[in-house]
Amino acid sequence: MLRALNLEPQKCTGCLQCELACSYENEGVFNPARSRIKVFNFHDEGRFAPYTCTQCEQAWCLHACPVEAIVLNTATGAKEVREDICVGCKVCTIACPFGTVNYNQDSGKVIKCDLCGGDPWCAKACPTGAISYVDLDNTGLDRMRAWAQQRPAGPASYNTPRARATPADFTRQD
Amino acid sequence: MAWTQNVLRVNLSSGETVKEPLNMTWADSYLGQRGLASKYLAEEIDPAVDALSPDNKLIMVTGPLTGTMASTGGRYSVVTKSPLTGAIACSNSGGFIGAEIKMAGWDMIIFEGRSDTPVYLYLENQKAELLPAHDLWGTSVWETDERLHQKHQDPLIRIACVGRAAEQGNLYAGIINDLHRAAGRSGVGTVMASKNLKALVCRGTRGVGNLKDPLRFLQAAEQGKRVLAENAVTGQGLPQYGTQVLMNVINEMGAMPTRNMQDVQFEGAHNISGEAMHEPRSSDGQPNLTTNAACFGCTIACGRISTVHKGHFTVENKPQYWGASGGLEYEAAWALGSDTGVDDLDALTYANFLCNEDGFDPISFGSTLAAAMELYEMGVITQQDTDGIELKFGSAEALTRATELTARGEGFGKVLGLGSKRLCEKYGHPELSMTVKAQEFPAYDPRGIQGMGLAYATSNRGACHLRGYTVASEVLGIPEKTDPLATDGKAELVKAFQDATAVVDSSGLCVFTTFAWTLDDIAPQLDAACEGNWSTGKLLEVGERIWNLERDFNLKAGLTGKDDTLPKRLRKDAAKSGPAKGMVNELDSMLPRYYEIRGWTPQGELTAETRQRLNL
Repeated sequence: MLRALNLEPQKCTGCLQCELACSYENEGVFNPARSRIKVFNFHDEGRFAPYTCTQCEQAWCLHACPVEAIVLNTATGAKEVREDICVGCKVCTIACPFGTVNYNQDSGKVIKCDLCGGDPWCAKACPTGAISYVDLDNTGLDRMRAWAQQRPAGPASYNTPRARATPADFTRQD
Repeated sequence: MAWTQNVLRVNLSSGETVKEPLNMTWADSYLGQRGLASKYLAEEIDPAVDALSPDNKLIMVTGPLTGTMASTGGRYSVVTKSPLTGAIACSNSGGFIGAEIKMAGWDMIIFEGRSDTPVYLYLENQKAELLPAHDLWGTSVWETDERLHQKHQDPLIRIACVGRAAEQGNLYAGIINDLHRAAGRSGVGTVMASKNLKALVCRGTRGVGNLKDPLRFLQAAEQGKRVLAENAVTGQGLPQYGTQVLMNVINEMGAMPTRNMQDVQFEGAHNISGEAMHEPRSSDGQPNLTTNAACFGCTIACGRISTVHKGHFTVENKPQYWGASGGLEYEAAWALGSDTGVDDLDALTYANFLCNEDGFDPISFGSTLAAAMELYEMGVITQQDTDGIELKFGSAEALTRATELTARGEGFGKVLGLGSKRLCEKYGHPELSMTVKAQEFPAYDPRGIQGMGLAYATSNRGACHLRGYTVASEVLGIPEKTDPLATDGKAELVKAFQDATAVVDSSGLCVFTTFAWTLDDIAPQLDAACEGNWSTGKLLEVGERIWNLERDFNLKAGLTGKDDTLPKRLRKDAAKSGPAKGMVNELDSMLPRYYEIRGWTPQGELTAETRQRLNL
């Protein structure tokens, strides 16, 4: 069973534990500047959002690489950068529509999320469950369950106005 | 090695910046942050110096765990001599600037002298430059932050700066970082502005590494996080309600200072409580609270992010205040609210926004305004003094207007910026100033929580709840419950809290962890990260040493045991309601014992034996 990082921005507090964990696992130092996952703070809206590579099935970065330095790890589904092959041309950083492949000035190579070989540190470090590592086919399972739980009990109540979703039902509730 | 071992010395008079090695002997005796910078300050300045002269120094300092994965490991402190109290000042802040300084490779930045013209310090890793700040002088914290982000074209820089209050000489101006985190108390921002230093801009990409035993550190940090998550206060109360979880609790026990501490319970407490911040407003059906937020590395996330209703009278036609920003913490809610008798949650939130926007301490401000309101109601001051403001307790209009004037240092706002002691002296009623060593009280009335009276009286930076938070024991039962109305054993309790807090403030961690952690939870994290042996026993010794060093600084600065006191109102006027009804604070029955166990003379001075024992 392949698994995927499941990001739930509404649970994020912006603490950056994920960035610290990621940089430590990959670089051996606590350094958000070298993290493969980033947390964005939309200050005026009071929103935080963790963001990283989604491991696209047809990965733009992988196909764009002229030296085939980005390879599929079949055990995890991650698209991984082979540092010994990467020439630092940065074409992958242009190809990625999401900006989640980045150049590292110190090494002259690109860096991106590799799911830590199947045990992602960001998910382990997240204190609020905003990042979890779940069955790839069921990234929506928790949301489905939460939604299902919200339905009032008894079939009759399905006809009440409350049973119809409004946009507010899908936005953050504290 | 959790220290970077780099100190940046910035001479603002000459414009020189020099890199120096950290004094590791001192680090072994004072740990970091509060302790270590206090040692540097005590060694480098004459404690009797005028706080606003070029001879005072201002130190921004991180702790050994700042920038690590330890929960809450993002703190930094600003240490200097206070212009408000004349005592040593140490103000601690979260947000992200502390970790950024560390990521850039610095433990400490020492600012000395005074620049002829406004400047700001730009730090990019080991590159340090003083750049002109003419165009920023006279602008608020928020505008400065925005302009510096535009100028440097770097969304990832972190900024700490002063606002207009500090520039105008407000004596309790703070240094604001990340828009609404504050090194807030004792006027450290006033000192920064007096040096013509507008801002620190920092970008650090070197990271923090080289810990003594990384694997053991990760395990200790993980264990610490688990303790925080499983504790009811740090795991549930603080994330959900922030420090505002205390509003109703403290009010019910009759320790809510109200209307310049004339009362100990506030009838409007619920309206400004953490619970109320969650409730839908009558105006627009939305809650005041937008979300909770964490500082760097914090797994508690007590921070409040709030939004004021667009139609509220305070922000109508002012779209710059319509977005979400730093909301009310308990201290701000109390000082701006119950102490002024105002229970309009959105008005308090707006006033709090202004305190952040122009960088001044809402505790000192609210308390000073409360004293002015009492003077107004007594008829000592009139609308002629207050620029026409009808300065009545309970008036949200008076609160917001006074806050606007104080933010800009205009008119009566300039007088309010002097702080409660100077304001009350100016109008001939010094007894109405609710201060210790000229610093205003925080939100716990010591008639209802006896130990806090002793903690306030002996705090090294004037009245303060963060120097020895015996509320934890007397109210919340942490680490064990003591009777808030009793004085027995409080000297020992205060000393224990003061020493332990000095350690936490020197580590890079947040003192709020101590709702769940003791030094036994902190020692393993420090010991795995830092060279040397950092057992609980050694940490207690370090804490006591720090406390005595600060005390020694204050005595040399001219303070004496006579300053270890409380306003007459708290010692003579009995609480009017609640469980402490009929009680005053019995400071006199606690203080002699406190001096004794501190190893001080009956006059409150360090004995030779104490100096020798602590290697001072």
